[in-house]
Amino acid sequence: MPKRAAKASERIESEETPAVEEAASAAASGSGTRPARRATAETMASRQREISVSEFFTKNRHLLGFDNPAKALLTTVKEAVDNSLDACEEAGILPDLIVEVKEVGNPTNASGASRFRVSIEDNGPGIVKPQIAKIFAKLLYGSKFHRLKQSRGQQGIGISAAGLYGQLTTGRPVVIISKIGKGRPAHRIELRIDTKRNHPDVLKDEIVEWDKEHGTRVEIELVAAYRGGRTGVEAYLEQTVVANPHLGLTYHPPKGEVLSFPRVANELPREAEEIKPHPHGVELGMLLRMLHDSPGKSVKQVLIDDFSRISPALADQVCELAKVKPKTSAASIVGDDVDRLHKALGEVKVKAPSASCVVPIGEELLIEGLKRRFKADFYVSTTRPPSVYRGNPFVVEVGLAYGGELPTDDPADVMRFANRVPLQYQPKACAISEAIYDTNWRSYELQQPRGALPLGPLAVVVHLASVWVPFTSEAKEAVAHYDELLREMKLAVQECGRKLGAHLRARERAVSEQKRLHLFQRYIPEVAEAIGAILSKPKDAVQQSFYSALPNFVRIVQEQPEKPDGEGSPAPSEPPPPASGSEPPPAPPKAAAAAKKGSASAKKAPPPPPAKAPPTKKAPPPPPKKGAPLPKKRTKPELRTQV
Amino acid sequence: MAAAKKATTKPKASDKDVRTLRKIEQLAQAAVRTVEKKENPALSIRMRALSNVSFNEKKRIIELGQKTQSREFFNTAMARKFMQTFLIARGCKTLIDEGKTVSIRQMFYMTKHTLQGSSENTFEDQSESDPIIEDLEVGIDALREELHLFANKRGLVVGSLVVNDAGDEIDLTRMGRGGWGIPSICEDDQLRFVRNKAEFILCVEKQAVWHRLNEDRFWEKHKCILMTTEGQAARGSRRLLQRMATELKLPIYVLVDNDPWGLYIYSVLKQGSINLAYESMRMAVPGVRFLGMSSFDYKKFTLPKAVEIKLSKEDISRAEQMKAYPWFKDKKWQREIQELLKNGFKMEVDALLTKSISFITEEYIPKKLRDKDFLQ
Repeated sequence: MPKRAAKASERIESEETPAVEEAASAAASGSGTRPARRATAETMASRQREISVSEFFTKNRHLLGFDNPAKALLTTVKEAVDNSLDACEEAGILPDLIVEVKEVGNPTNASGASRFRVSIEDNGPGIVKPQIAKIFAKLLYGSKFHRLKQSRGQQGIGISAAGLYGQLTTGRPVVIISKIGKGRPAHRIELRIDTKRNHPDVLKDEIVEWDKEHGTRVEIELVAAYRGGRTGVEAYLEQTVVANPHLGLTYHPPKGEVLSFPRVANELPREAEEIKPHPHGVELGMLLRMLHDSPGKSVKQVLIDDFSRISPALADQVCELAKVKPKTSAASIVGDDVDRLHKALGEVKVKAPSASCVVPIGEELLIEGLKRRFKADFYVSTTRPPSVYRGNPFVVEVGLAYGGELPTDDPADVMRFANRVPLQYQPKACAISEAIYDTNWRSYELQQPRGALPLGPLAVVVHLASVWVPFTSEAKEAVAHYDELLREMKLAVQECGRKLGAHLRARERAVSEQKRLHLFQRYIPEVAEAIGAILSKPKDAVQQSFYSALPNFVRIVQEQPEKPDGEGSPAPSEPPPPASGSEPPPAPPKAAAAAKKGSASAKKAPPPPPAKAPPTKKAPPPPPKKGAPLPKKRTKPELRTQV
Repeated sequence: MAAAKKATTKPKASDKDVRTLRKIEQLAQAAVRTVEKKENPALSIRMRALSNVSFNEKKRIIELGQKTQSREFFNTAMARKFMQTFLIARGCKTLIDEGKTVSIRQMFYMTKHTLQGSSENTFEDQSESDPIIEDLEVGIDALREELHLFANKRGLVVGSLVVNDAGDEIDLTRMGRGGWGIPSICEDDQLRFVRNKAEFILCVEKQAVWHRLNEDRFWEKHKCILMTTEGQAARGSRRLLQRMATELKLPIYVLVDNDPWGLYIYSVLKQGSINLAYESMRMAVPGVRFLGMSSFDYKKFTLPKAVEIKLSKEDISRAEQMKAYPWFKDKKWQREIQELLKNGFKMEVDALLTKSISFITEEYIPKKLRDKDFLQ
């Protein structure tokens, strides 16, 4: 278990036993000449008291992504949307979300900060009434922390922190409406957080009419600033639909038109399985706690029960390596024994954990997701086989969109995702970016300034799906640089890059064949005219001979690139290339008969099939029809064994 | 522009013309036959590059080798030139049919037009059509005059010679200050030597030097033909010189600047050039004598230091190249070039004017001739 998580859990424990120690404040013994001690242990003790998590984050809100009004707005939307998606998926409901951002006040300062009301409504399972208050107004309360399972949220801080921020900046409570099923009441609850106690205060609790069958709506008012661009709410939502093809989303921005993203996959992602820690990922302290938390069990039994992939035989092997008797009581293990056990766990050969705990988007759906966002000529995606990082399985996926309406001269549009959540800040600090920078895009026919993003009409999506994503901070903005992750990311990027390069080269070839064809088509009449004049022959006959020979020297590309009106296509003034073989395009009327003969002979010598080109372009699947489920391409891949 | 004379009247159609026409037709027929087999029509052209010329020690001329390049139509790199070659061939056929002659610039305009359905021209520039004409000459083994083409004329002559040029008898002793302009084509069907009283030919590189000598009537006093190539010799000048050398059997003396460029002009007159190596046997005059300027003349005629022009880097490397040419292998030549490099400076013929205006006429050339002070 990561250190960070361990620390956080300690906080929870201490918070559950609130005890402000009454310090025995002994009277300071005033004394003469010696320099006066400023404080004694006793006086200091009187000032020492526990800090509640709410208080801590009130002061350190930047840690959670509330460092400025613009980011606060994004984080609020993001936390609510992530929660909704997690809840819907866990309940097996295809998510339909309505996000609304409304300006309800006037800009309060020069930076454009203003008061906004944000509401996020889902069609999820709803929340049972007693839990509503805790979930929305208690920090570090949630279902996801104590289990190893892929999910968007992890610690249960996000949405309550958003409510806390709203409360701090506007004094307004968080408003929740939730309904858990047809015929059940819809509760409307107004909440405030008692930061000292990290405890929810219910201000209002009523039953309201709500025409939804089930779902949750959260409304938070906060001081925020609305920005466009890469780090804006709109960018976040646009990216979210890329990584979540099963999401139907409607967005009401403060200004402008409503954005609507109907879902393109009518199937939920496979449910992630919860797994036990893997012996290769466990840390010493974690191991110690696992042993001590199992009174009455033997060491061997703990190893078998609480870890994934440890068989009785393997447990014996671990114990032998560690020189610990398998039957020793787990709770009694201390000192060097723990050390040796930990070391032994790291040394034994263990099967990689089951990959069923990670849920990639999948190659086809990733392409569908990309199509929702970009009108491109070419899409390609790769889902790597699952791999393991510190005992945690993970899967890297990469998707590319190229050409079409993407801007030609800009650096590539990079989208980073961790467990389907877009990462918008700190691109420079992120391992995902590094994987893209480190790839030599020039070998894929793209321009790339040294150490920078490739240039061209390109969008790159990288998705890291893992039970535990190593973020660089609590704000979950960037993925840490771990070798295993970087390697897989690079491999995935390269795999897609190679396919893109092959596509571009094929297209280049097609274009150059067109150019060749046009070149000969321009010169043939000239040569025919000259030769005809020299030999006193009719020009048309000579010309026809040349046209008949033409298919032997030019591969006449039948299939046009997907967008024939794209850049690089011949000037419209030029004659169109012959559609089916070698009929001379500028055939004058009198040559019509000859032309017919020509096309007949062309049938005998058809141009080489375009299949000669390497099958670079895997035709993307046809856009899914509404309601028709996409072809399933989700197998449970076996993990490669870790070294 | 030189008058494009009706050299041959239409009915005449000389044997030469018939032969040329047949060669052009063969070229076209070969292309058609190939393309009818759905194969790639190609022109075979002997390469005109340094790598394909050699010095024939026996004949003492530069000869074109047998290496050829194939110019294919269905090849994007060659298609345009293939087309251009046939445009020129067709133009030449028209000229021969009509019994007319045009300049190579006029041929450029005859064949220049815009390709249908594009903004591309058949020829963009004369620098594109001139090499194609040379290609055609080599390709069908027909000389430029046989194709009814001529270049701008260059070169002047005066002296004790009477010629008949296209029916006009011209006495080259009566040419005034301007001299007789050497036609671009000096073949015997147009130009004949009527009477000759000259004993040798003096060929000078520079028009100004020729002017000096003509004004001083050098040719009268010394019974010679005085000619200038006006720089690097054009085909007409070279052909005339060769014909005078062989038909009149006169010795030829060449006077050029004392620099690598002058040496090169001399060397082209003597054994031909790389680019026109296929015509060397008609143009090169292996017997021409190098009268000067020699690198030793500086001392020999005690010229002032002021006439020195420092050798440039290019001059030096060019001189080194010359030294390596097989036709300059002779010891005397090696000494000559070595002296040039040793001096570190070059001299123009005009430098002789530092002595006196007519020093060249009265002292320099007569002394050199008298002393037989020349290289060969």
